[in-house]
Amino acid sequence: MTDWIAEPSNWVFLVLALVVAGAAIRVVTSTNVVHAALFLVLALGGTAGLFLLLSAEFVAWVLVLVYIGAVIVLFLFGIMITRAPTGPNVEVDHQRRAPAAMAAVLVFIVTAGSALTAFGDEQIGNLGGGTSTEVIGEQLLQRFVIPFEVVSFVLLAALIGGITLARKDASPAEEEAAEAEEVTV
Amino acid sequence: MHSLTSFAIAAAQETGHAVEYGDGGFLAEWAWLLVIVPFLAFLAIIFFGKRLPREGGEIAVGAMAFVALYGAALFILNATQGVVFEHSVEISRIGSFAIEWGWVVDGLSSMMYLVVGLLGFLIFTYALGYMKGDVRVTWFFAAFSLFAGSMLLLVSAPNLIQLIVGWEGVGLSSYLLISHYWEQKENSSAGMKAFYVNKVADIGLIIGTFVVAIPVGSFRISDILEAVVGNAEAMETVAIVAAVLLFIGAMGKSAQFPFHVWLPDAMAGPTPVSALMHAATMVTAGVYLLGRMFPLYAEMAAQARMLVLIIGAITLIIAGLLAVVQDDIKKVLAYSTVSQLGYMVAAMGAGAYTAGLFHLWTHAFFKGLLFLGAGSVIHSVHSNNMSDMGGLRKAMPVTFGTFVAGTLALAGIFPFAGFFSKDEVLAAFNHEGYTVVLAVGITGAFITAFYMARTVFLTFYGTNKGHGHPHESPRVMTVPMVVLAGLAVVGGWVNIPGLYTGFTGWVGTRAHLFEEHHAESFDWPVLAIGLTAALLGIMGGYLLYFKDRETQQARDSFRIPLLWPLLEHKYYLDDLYLGGIVNPIKGPVARFVNWTNSYIFDGIVNGAGFLARAVAGVVYGWFDQRGIDLALNGIAFTADGAGGKTRLLQTGKVQQYAGATVVGAALLVIGFVIFR
Amino acid sequence: MLLNQFLILGALLFSLGIYGLLVRRNAVMVLLSIELMLNAVNINLVSFESFLRNTDVGGQIFAIFVITVAAAEVGIGLAIILMIFRNRTSANIDELDLMKW
Repeated sequence: MTDWIAEPSNWVFLVLALVVAGAAIRVVTSTNVVHAALFLVLALGGTAGLFLLLSAEFVAWVLVLVYIGAVIVLFLFGIMITRAPTGPNVEVDHQRRAPAAMAAVLVFIVTAGSALTAFGDEQIGNLGGGTSTEVIGEQLLQRFVIPFEVVSFVLLAALIGGITLARKDASPAEEEAAEAEEVTV
Repeated sequence: MHSLTSFAIAAAQETGHAVEYGDGGFLAEWAWLLVIVPFLAFLAIIFFGKRLPREGGEIAVGAMAFVALYGAALFILNATQGVVFEHSVEISRIGSFAIEWGWVVDGLSSMMYLVVGLLGFLIFTYALGYMKGDVRVTWFFAAFSLFAGSMLLLVSAPNLIQLIVGWEGVGLSSYLLISHYWEQKENSSAGMKAFYVNKVADIGLIIGTFVVAIPVGSFRISDILEAVVGNAEAMETVAIVAAVLLFIGAMGKSAQFPFHVWLPDAMAGPTPVSALMHAATMVTAGVYLLGRMFPLYAEMAAQARMLVLIIGAITLIIAGLLAVVQDDIKKVLAYSTVSQLGYMVAAMGAGAYTAGLFHLWTHAFFKGLLFLGAGSVIHSVHSNNMSDMGGLRKAMPVTFGTFVAGTLALAGIFPFAGFFSKDEVLAAFNHEGYTVVLAVGITGAFITAFYMARTVFLTFYGTNKGHGHPHESPRVMTVPMVVLAGLAVVGGWVNIPGLYTGFTGWVGTRAHLFEEHHAESFDWPVLAIGLTAALLGIMGGYLLYFKDRETQQARDSFRIPLLWPLLEHKYYLDDLYLGGIVNPIKGPVARFVNWTNSYIFDGIVNGAGFLARAVAGVVYGWFDQRGIDLALNGIAFTADGAGGKTRLLQTGKVQQYAGATVVGAALLVIGFVIFR
Repeated sequence: MLLNQFLILGALLFSLGIYGLLVRRNAVMVLLSIELMLNAVNINLVSFESFLRNTDVGGQIFAIFVITVAAAEVGIGLAIILMIFRNRTSANIDELDLMKW
């Protein structure tokens, strides 16, 4: 145990892990939606740090740029548009939380247990100088070119789908009211 | 096809007669048309008759014209050349017996073709006028054509099965036509009586056919005659039995005692029917049968011949007596027909083939004529009874003249037709030594002349009773009568012994199969006695009915005390039949049959029905409702209940679904880990 | 560094995400929880890659793809939530139970 703490990477890891875990706990237990989103930002940031620790720099910065920079912003927009309840005295959780907690505990036991039994004391070896972006780029365009292209399609579909879904299609009653307005004008 | 020609030729060569018979050429080959045309006319009248101006009569007359011409052609062919032709087509087969349809052209058949065709044509034409305004003209001509076709089928038959078919066909047509005015019950009853009596007699015909056909192995007449005549010893019993049975059939159709009772009642039909069927053609079918099967009677079954002779003689005399007391003019002629048929049958029984057929030939002409005359009278007076007539001589001259010609022919006065034929019959009786029958025949001649004279005097002389309005009939009716009158005069001149005996040769194309005596000349004693008897009869009629014709008493004054009531009740034969046969069947027998039917047969059928219903009830209640339905409903309820419970899983809440998925996945992983 | 420390952290985040998924009423919060779960998956992937040190950095590239797909999914998810909100002026998931028995 003390050997483990002695290594600098390990207590850096511990700090970051505590941050991430704490933020995650606050995400799922906070009563304020905006706070939950912001705590997620914190969790994602901690994760980026962990990636740096694992010398996956490109992924870390992609995480920050895309996830924190775009997705969370999108979340905030969504929160505002859907007028999520933001005051106190709001029921944000269900009444019966015990079954959910039990399910979560069960999953934790299964995954953690299988990890522990499978990997015991395996060490992540000396990580050296980190992963160069050049390598990632080469791999993306050589070995993983097909998933790369497919993902671009996915993004295209998501883009078009999002626009189509979120178009201001008024409900029939609102349409008639709009037309009535136009006629009288 | 084993025609009789070869056998005839062989037999002829044995007996030394020269034979030169033709085969009739294409006229004989196409002779089946003669039979088919009336049937086609029947169909045409049924389908198209109503639309025609004469309601189908034209088709009938046209068809009979064709038959008359063709029949005459065949007759002339046979007369000049002598034809023996026979052709059969197999229709079906039962084991080794072939059922065939065919046609024969020989002496006997060609004579019948001419008689049926010529008389048919003349009487059909007469009927065009007589039936005008009748309630059912189209059907009348249709049934009449059907009759003509059946009669031709009968006389052209080369085998007994076809003969039976034609026989029954004429019986059916007779029934239909007698019952023409069926709205009155007595008319339909008369039709039924004719049919029943004929049917009883037909039992003999049918059984006789099989009795003779089975040992021979074929229904063909030529085969039968050849086999029976050829194997005299072996076939003797068969021949006698078959001859008697076939004669019983002939007795029915030709109204011989005791089957004669239907013919007087058959006068209920329209007069053309009486003229054609019950005088000239249908009733002669029995005589024709005897002629066709003559070798059987002549060579083999002497006992059967005796029976034929005796029955013919009895019929002859009792029918003649009955004719004396009738008031209905048609009934007089009906009994006269029965009597003359007795002559023909007796002649056949005496072995005089030619004489019997000769009398058939002349009788067709003069009896047909007499019936047409009677019809003409009835048509104008609107009554059948002679007590409503009288003095019609002046109002209906043509009818009178032709009727007298017919009377003289029937009575047997020289030189009319009946003289020659009746004389030949009596001569045959004498030659064969049947003196009793000869005496009966001469007495019959006397009685015949007597009642015919009575008829003429009562109808045409004296004062008119004022019934109807007497007028001469239209030309369409009188012309056939005149033609027939001419034939009644000259028809007998075809067979004058010693002078010209063409008729013998004409009908005798197959005569080489049997022995027959042909007179060289007239039998003068018999001729003299017969002629005297006839003249005496006419004298008696004149004395009784002409001289005192003014007074009613005169007519009824002549009554022989005991004989008259017996005659008026027709020897109580009808009562015997009615009381002894018909009423028991109608009463007790029918009641018994009805009881059997209601209780036994119906009981069985109803019982089966009840049983089926009970079984069905059990099956339904127990098996279906409780068993199968329970099982099926149980499955349905189970499915429903399971579904009812399972559907509660679908809460619609996504998070619950997600939770279930997660837990399920975790459990799966545990499962993998544990059971790896 | 132990491999397990990363894996256990990942497991923790994953189960917290599940808890949030099952418990939260607001749809946006549920999406947040899902993001948390995806993040845990990313940690797992990258740590495995570091452990295995393949020449093709498959784990990291897989992680990049996960991020990309997550972004797309968030876009669509929010669009759907927007539509739900327009229809019902409320984004509570437990009110969307029309497709029930």
